[in-house]
Amino acid sequence: MKGEAAHGAAEAAGGLALDPMHQFQIHRIIPFKLGGLDLSFTNSTLWMFIVVGVCAAFLLLGGSRLVPSRWQSVKEMTYEFVAGMMRDILGDSGRAFFPFVFTLFMFILAANMLGMVPYSFTVTSHIIVTFTLALVVFVLATAVGFVKHGAGYLKMFVPSGVPAYMLPILIPIEVISYFTRPISLSVRLFANMMAGHTMLKVFAGFVVALGILGGWAPLAMMVALTGLEILVAFLQAYVFAVLTVIYLNDAINMHH
Amino acid sequence: MEAEAAKLIGAGLAAIALGGAGIGIGHIFGNYLSGALRNPAAAQSQFPNLLLGFALAEATGLFALVVALIILFVF
Repeated sequence: MKGEAAHGAAEAAGGLALDPMHQFQIHRIIPFKLGGLDLSFTNSTLWMFIVVGVCAAFLLLGGSRLVPSRWQSVKEMTYEFVAGMMRDILGDSGRAFFPFVFTLFMFILAANMLGMVPYSFTVTSHIIVTFTLALVVFVLATAVGFVKHGAGYLKMFVPSGVPAYMLPILIPIEVISYFTRPISLSVRLFANMMAGHTMLKVFAGFVVALGILGGWAPLAMMVALTGLEILVAFLQAYVFAVLTVIYLNDAINMHH
Repeated sequence: MEAEAAKLIGAGLAAIALGGAGIGIGHIFGNYLSGALRNPAAAQSQFPNLLLGFALAEATGLFALVVALIILFVF
């Protein structure tokens, strides 16, 4: 249905492919099947490698001198940004988790930012990618909670300072809110990325459809939206990292 | 009613949730601004919290988008 409408618009605009969902398609570059599993090397895999490569190049190149170069200053600012955020929320108790949170932040940030490059593929616009990341965070936080507090971690679901007759209502709510964490964490990132890129593509379609006379207004809008999307790309990586640290904080220093 | 028409109406209804996201984002920025004008010294330290609140409120609207997409493409 939607495809037909988009194709109609595309034909009106001179046959350009303007389907806003086309950019999210995954296609196999090197097909590979193992038993019943499809382990092909896809464009998503390719862009994940590129993301990791860009992260590694950013952090490994640029030198490490006593008087930092500009590049090294940016690296140190990135480090200090995440480290400061973790110090504010988690205190010194969670320094062991810094490599995990920093890796997560850098991967999502690089994936979101590389997705803003035209004709690239946004790895984080697929829910399976973000859900896997969120599940890792969820399993880690739960495991840390049980290792640190033993069975006492179950007190997490029992709010303190509440009259006993309220507990049958509040405990299920606490349990549900705990187990929907990976869903809300993953859907937030995936939906932001997908909605942003779809919106950019739809506005790009307006530019083409209105032609050289009327296309300037949506083009100006596109420039503003691209700026907003770059902000969102950074913000979502930051929010993902902050929520990861908050969940770890719940597990390490139980609040309830 | 045809199932196709009901799907389109349902997807449209899911967009109502954007009103809530709009109220939330306006609330966050409005309250930040009024707080920042009262106490400009404390404003800078609360900027990360502003961005966090903005992102959380915006995500609520996007959950509605996910609902709309599920209605349109999954059922």
